[in-house]
Amino acid sequence: MSAAPPKPQRPSSWTVRVREAGVAALPPEKLLPDGQPTYVASWIYVFGVATIASLVVILISGSILALKGPAWWHYTGVGHFFNSIHMWAVELFFFVMVVHLWGKYWMAAWRGGRARVWMTGAVTFLIAIPTALTGYVSQQNFDAQWISTQAKDGLNSVGVGAFFNVTNFGQMYSYHVLLLPLAVVGLVSAHVLLVRRHGVVPPFELERRPALHAPPAPAHGTSASGAGDPS
Amino acid sequence: MSRLGALLRGRDDTKPWTGRYQPYDLVKEASLAVGVVALLALLLTVLFSSPDDKPSTIAQWSRGKPVNFVAAAAKELDGTSGTAEYGPPYNHNSKGVHAAFLYPQKWLGVSHPINTANDFVIDPLRTVPNDPALQSAIASYEAAPEKTQKAWGEAFAKPLEEYEAAVEAGKAPPQSVSLDQSNGTVTVKAAEAGPVPSLMTALLSLAKSGGLDGSLLTSRQFFQTDYTKPLLFMADGGLLEERAQGQHLLGDQWGMMNETGSYPGQAWLWLYALWYQVEPFKSSENADILVMLMMSVLSLAFVCVPFIPGVRSLPRKIPIHRLIWREHYRSGSPE
Repeated sequence: MSAAPPKPQRPSSWTVRVREAGVAALPPEKLLPDGQPTYVASWIYVFGVATIASLVVILISGSILALKGPAWWHYTGVGHFFNSIHMWAVELFFFVMVVHLWGKYWMAAWRGGRARVWMTGAVTFLIAIPTALTGYVSQQNFDAQWISTQAKDGLNSVGVGAFFNVTNFGQMYSYHVLLLPLAVVGLVSAHVLLVRRHGVVPPFELERRPALHAPPAPAHGTSASGAGDPS
Repeated sequence: MSRLGALLRGRDDTKPWTGRYQPYDLVKEASLAVGVVALLALLLTVLFSSPDDKPSTIAQWSRGKPVNFVAAAAKELDGTSGTAEYGPPYNHNSKGVHAAFLYPQKWLGVSHPINTANDFVIDPLRTVPNDPALQSAIASYEAAPEKTQKAWGEAFAKPLEEYEAAVEAGKAPPQSVSLDQSNGTVTVKAAEAGPVPSLMTALLSLAKSGGLDGSLLTSRQFFQTDYTKPLLFMADGGLLEERAQGQHLLGDQWGMMNETGSYPGQAWLWLYALWYQVEPFKSSENADILVMLMMSVLSLAFVCVPFIPGVRSLPRKIPIHRLIWREHYRSGSPE
């Protein structure tokens, strides 16, 4: 009678466990694929990556403004230039994100166990709104005066004003340059990682007409579900 | 529970893709996208720049619209201004807005306490040096019973309200209020107003000198970042509103989503602004909370789209996906 094979031991190191779980969930070829399904062939896919690109421009221009302090852009041409870049990148961010969201809605991109992908994207949109609002009320100009005195009523009406005071410049600036951008970047990261994990949602046709052919080995990339746009 | 789970999941027989792949350079695409967006932002910056209208100050307000300033200050003193009667989070003078049994404004309490008479009028006037007559007027006002203070304040405020109403209607203003254009002083003929005219004259003078701007920012420490008091005082007057109207920023001008100049502003707030234009929100005194609740429900629904029967099925029924994946359908995939 032979002895039972020894059970594989779980590593005791937390670091090893985290690494193994991470690699199992997102192997490198899935995280950074070099191939995508052939159905990913539409301009609509551009808007996801354009949203991330806009966020990058917002973060860079916002960091430059933060480096010089909140008053800098009011009295220097260079400061005003970077403020304009920041503002237009925000406008582009919302525009491309809304197009991206509509595109994903009409693809029903939550199918195939992708509900969390949709939900993280939707929450990102909702968190981006107060992120922009705190920017508007931190401008130290007439827009900031008017928008803060008007926005306070809606926020006060539901009790939010008790701890989120839009007429307190110091508090709003902290929210705008640190807390809310952290939330947006965290959510966008989670969203992209979920897309990488689950892949881009296949077209509806697959549901009505299952694949008849044996799956060929991907010409580029190794995962059947890991490629596509990061959106 | 499993039935609920099935209901939430809905019909979903989406299979993982088993068809062909094509070459794709994720890092290159992302880098190009950043470059293109940066160029677009640069182009828009060169073409349109960005708005930066200078902020208003209480000094400007009191110099440019002295009657309006004194009228607003009188209301702060007698407790009838918008801020004085606001309720939480500034004071307990009302319960605030509500929706049915929901009173969140009241429940969260007073977190930024403001007594408009003391904070906006009396305390700043105490800082005026070398003016025994003024300090005597303050002492006299404070020594009077609350009922008398109220009566003095109302007696002083009434002619100013009539003056403002007449000016707004384009009629001849009453003689009880006179404005000396040469030095910007306001004289109100009000019997039974006690020391209030002296207080208001001194406050107008302090405001014109710029002292009130600083006074309202003063707190327990040297560095200041909280503009709640000066902003609320100014919002009770007419200067901000006048500027906002000229810049299409009022609520009935869809102002919530606009900014100064012809810039796109916060266009993403269009749905939030829309509710204020339609009944029953438009005429409701509880519009703020009703709109916020409506938007909260819609936001929750937006996040939960994958689980809402009907909403999640529309993309299958309305074939916009045929446009999105037209290449795929044309090629007869999967293959």
